[in-house]
Amino acid sequence: MPKLTIDGVEIEVDPGVTILQAAEQAGSEIPRFCYHDRLSIAGNCRMCLVEVEKSPKPVASCAMPVGEGMVVHTKSEKAVKARNGVMEFLLINHPLDCPICDQGGECDLQDQALAFGNDKGRYVEQKRAVKDKYMGPIVSTIMTRCIHCTRCVRFVDEIGGVAEIGATGRGEDTEITTYLEQALTSELSGNVVDLCPVGALTNKPYAFTARSWELRKTESVDVLDAVGTNIRVDSRGREVMRVLPRLNEWVNEEWLADKSRNACDGLKYQRLDQPYVRRDGKLQPAEWNEAFDAIAGKLNGVSGQKIGALVGDTVDCESTMALKDLMTALGSENTDCRQDGAAVDPKVRASYLFNTTIAGIEEADAILLIGTNPRKEAPILNARIRKRFLAGGVKIGVIGDATDLTYDYDHISGSADAVSKIADGSHPFAQILKDAERPMLVLGMAALTRADSAAILGAGYAIADSTGMVSGDWNGFNVLHTAAARVGALDVGFVPGEGGKDTRGILDGAASGDVEVVYLLGADEIDTAKLKDAFVIYQGHHGDAGAHVADVILPGAAYTEKNGTYVNTEGRAQLGQRAIFPPGDAREDWSIIRALSERLGKTLPYDSLEQVRAKLRDTSPDFTHIDDVVTAEWEKFGAAGSIEASAFTYPVANYYQTDPISRASRTMAQCTQDFVMGKTEKATGTHG
Amino acid sequence: MSTRNLAKNQPETFAFTDEHKVRIEKIIAKYPEGYQASAVIPLLDLAQRQDGWVTKPAIDLIAETLGMPVIRVLEVATFYTMFNLNPVGKCHIQVCTSLSCWLRGSNDVVKACSDKLGIKFGETTADGAITLSEVECAGACVNAPVVAVGDEYYEDLNYETMSKLIDTIKAGNPPAPGSAVGRQGAEPEGNRTSLTTDPTQTTPMQDLAVAKQKHEEAQEAARKAKENA
Repeated sequence: MPKLTIDGVEIEVDPGVTILQAAEQAGSEIPRFCYHDRLSIAGNCRMCLVEVEKSPKPVASCAMPVGEGMVVHTKSEKAVKARNGVMEFLLINHPLDCPICDQGGECDLQDQALAFGNDKGRYVEQKRAVKDKYMGPIVSTIMTRCIHCTRCVRFVDEIGGVAEIGATGRGEDTEITTYLEQALTSELSGNVVDLCPVGALTNKPYAFTARSWELRKTESVDVLDAVGTNIRVDSRGREVMRVLPRLNEWVNEEWLADKSRNACDGLKYQRLDQPYVRRDGKLQPAEWNEAFDAIAGKLNGVSGQKIGALVGDTVDCESTMALKDLMTALGSENTDCRQDGAAVDPKVRASYLFNTTIAGIEEADAILLIGTNPRKEAPILNARIRKRFLAGGVKIGVIGDATDLTYDYDHISGSADAVSKIADGSHPFAQILKDAERPMLVLGMAALTRADSAAILGAGYAIADSTGMVSGDWNGFNVLHTAAARVGALDVGFVPGEGGKDTRGILDGAASGDVEVVYLLGADEIDTAKLKDAFVIYQGHHGDAGAHVADVILPGAAYTEKNGTYVNTEGRAQLGQRAIFPPGDAREDWSIIRALSERLGKTLPYDSLEQVRAKLRDTSPDFTHIDDVVTAEWEKFGAAGSIEASAFTYPVANYYQTDPISRASRTMAQCTQDFVMGKTEKATGTHG
Repeated sequence: MSTRNLAKNQPETFAFTDEHKVRIEKIIAKYPEGYQASAVIPLLDLAQRQDGWVTKPAIDLIAETLGMPVIRVLEVATFYTMFNLNPVGKCHIQVCTSLSCWLRGSNDVVKACSDKLGIKFGETTADGAITLSEVECAGACVNAPVVAVGDEYYEDLNYETMSKLIDTIKAGNPPAPGSAVGRQGAEPEGNRTSLTTDPTQTTPMQDLAVAKQKHEEAQEAARKAKENA
C-alpha cells in the first residue's frame, strides 16, 4: 500500500485511489466541481489542483492516482494560486446573477468563489450567453450559468442508464443539452439538480419559491415507494417546499427518485382538513365530535364480524398498530393491509422481505426478476441493480414484459409459467442460478397479485431452495413491494385473523351485505364501487377514491406531518419525522384512532406516541432495531400448484401517479402528460 | 465559430447508398467487438459525402447502426467543424484565417472570394454552386495562406491567384491542387536554406568499433580512478 504525505500528514492508502480521495482520508478537503465520488472521473474543471513535489506543474488531484512517497501540498501558495486562476477562468463566462439564482446560498461555485475568487474580475469583454434548454417538467435550465463539469452527463449515462444529456460543440461554444431538447426520460432525472454545482440545472417546480436559508430541514423517510429512501423535507411555515435525498449507503446512497422528490406539491391540494359526515347523501363538514358520534351510532350493535378494516399504502406503523388494536377490541378479525391482495405469507417474515437487502444486490452474481419492473416500482433499487450490472460479471434474467430496465438481461419469457420451468430446472437459467455463488431472485407485485400467486410464491421458494440461494449469511429470496406501509403492516400483523376476511373478502362482503362497516385507513387502491352499500369510515389525508365513498371522513396527516415508523421492502424500520403540522383540523392518525376508541368505549392503552412504539416493539422485535435490518428466519412458505401461462399485469402502469399524494400533485400530472401520454417535445413559447 | 446546431429544415429520411453500406461494414469490422462506436467519425464522413452535409436522419441512422445513444453522435457531429450541419453548395470553399495564414495575407484571399462570389462567410451563391466558409487552422501553415476546396488544398494564394482559382472552379476545370507558386511540398520558397550539402560527402564517417573501444577504455579508467580514491 503506497505511503504518501499530504499537508504534512503521513498516510497509507489503498493502491489506485486518487490524491483527492487520499487527501480526504488525511483530513484535507480539496475543492472540486466535476469530481463526484459516485460518478466516473472527468478531470475537466481543474479546481482540485494541488502541488505535488517534483512535479513541474500543479496536478489535478481527482484524476491522479497516488504514488509511493508522494509529497502533496493542498494548501500551498502554488496550489492556491493555481485554483485562483481556475476560478478566475470559470467566472469569465459565469453570470454574476446570484441574487436571482435559485442555487444561491447552496451553490458550490458561490462557496468556492468566496474562498478562491478575486473581489474584482479582470475580464472586461462580453460574457457569452447560452440559450436555455428544455429538459422536461422536472429540470429547469439556465445554461448561461453552466461551467461544463459534465456531472449531469455522467449521471444520466452511468446511474440513470439513459444517455440523453450530452455536451455539443466545443471550446467556448460547448453546450449541455438533451438531443433536440427532448425531456429526460429517467425516473432519477431530478438528481442532476442536486449534482449541478452551479445554478444551471435547478428544480423546476421549486423555482423561485424559497431560499435555502429560510427553510426548516427535517430528516425523514419517503413513503411514495417501498424503498424507504432517506429524505430531507425542507419546509417553510406550514408548507413543504421541496424534498431532497439524504445519504444512506444501505438504501438510496444519495439519490432520490423523481416522484418522491417532486410529488410534494400534492401535499397542498385535495387535502382533507376537517371531518365530514354524509348527511342526506352528501358529505358535509362536521366537527370531530359529530364524526365520532356518527361512527359510534353506526357501530352500536354491529357485531365485530361485520366490521372490516383496510390499511393503505402510505400509512405509518403506529396508526396500523392502533387500528389493529381497535379492531381487536371491536371483535373483528377482518383486517388486511394488502389492498392488491398480494399472496405473501404473513407468518413467514422471509416470504415478504427483500432479504438480500438493497446494498446486498451489489454482491449478487445472478439475478432473476419475476413479474417486476423495478425501474418503475423502485427506481432507486433499480439503480442498484444497474450499478451491479456495470460492475460486470452478473447474469440477469427477466420473466415478464421485456421493457427497458437500463441494463441488459436475458428475457426468459413473457409468461408466468416460466417460473415453474426454472423451479423444476428445465430452463437453462436455473443452471446459471445454481452455478452462481450468490444468486438472487426478485418477486414483484405483478407476480404476487394473481389468482395463482400462491403457486408462484411456492415456486419462488422452490427456486431459492434448489439453487442454493439461502446459505450462510446470504439470502437471495426477495419480494419487491410497491407500498411503503406494507412490510410494516405485515410485521404488525394487520392481516386477517382466525376466520377473518382478507381484502377481497371484505370488499365482496361489503357488496353482499356480510360486512356492514368498513374502516379505510388511507386505503384508496381498491375497487370502491363495492363499498356503496356499506358504511365507510375513511381516515386519510387526501380526498381520493376512498374518501369519495365514505360516510364519515376523519382527516389524518400525510407522511410529512407526523412522526411515524415505516418499514421498507428490506424490513428496515425507519423513523419519519414531522416537518409541518397537518392542515386545519387534521390530526396525527394514531391519535385519531385513540380518540375514537375512547368514544366507542374501547379505550386503547396508550396516550403517547412513545407508548404506541412500546407496543410495536412488543409486537415485533423488528421495531427495536431502527434503521437496521433484522434478518428473517428462513422457513417453508408458499403452496404447490400450477402456474397459468399468461402475461403479468404490472401494478405501476404510470410511475408518476401511484398514490393519493402524487395523484394530487400538479408536477406529477405534468410528468404524466409528458411521459405517459407521450408528449416529450419542447413546449411552445405561448405554452403556459 | 459559434454554437453549432442541426439545421432547421431537415429531410425526412436518410439511407446510405449500397456502395456506402459495403464500406460501412468494412469500417465497423476494423474495430473490436463492443467498440463499434469508434466508427462514428468515418460514418458521419460517409453521410456527409453522400448528401454534402450531415442531416438529422443521418445522425439517427448512424446512432442506430452503431448501437450508441443518438446524443453521442450529435456530440461528435457538433464538435468537428468539418461536419457541415447545414446544406452547402456543390463546391465548398474553406478559407483559413488563422494566424499563419492571416500573417501571410489571408485577408486578401477572403476579399478575392467575396469580390468574385458576392457572398460572405457562411453563405452560398444564389445558384447553389459555391459555399464560402471560414475555418480555423487548416494545418498547412508552411504554405499559408491556404484554402480548401472540397478535399483539395490550394496553397500560397494571394488576391490574384484566388480570383483565378474561383474562375476556374466556376468554369468547372479547377487546376491541380497544391502551391500556386510552384513550391514542392513544404520546401522553402526560393532555394533551400539548410541541408544544402551532401551528408555522405562532408560528414566524416565514424568507425563504430573504434568509438566503442574508446568508450570502454574511458569507463575502465574512471572505475580505476574511483577505486584508487
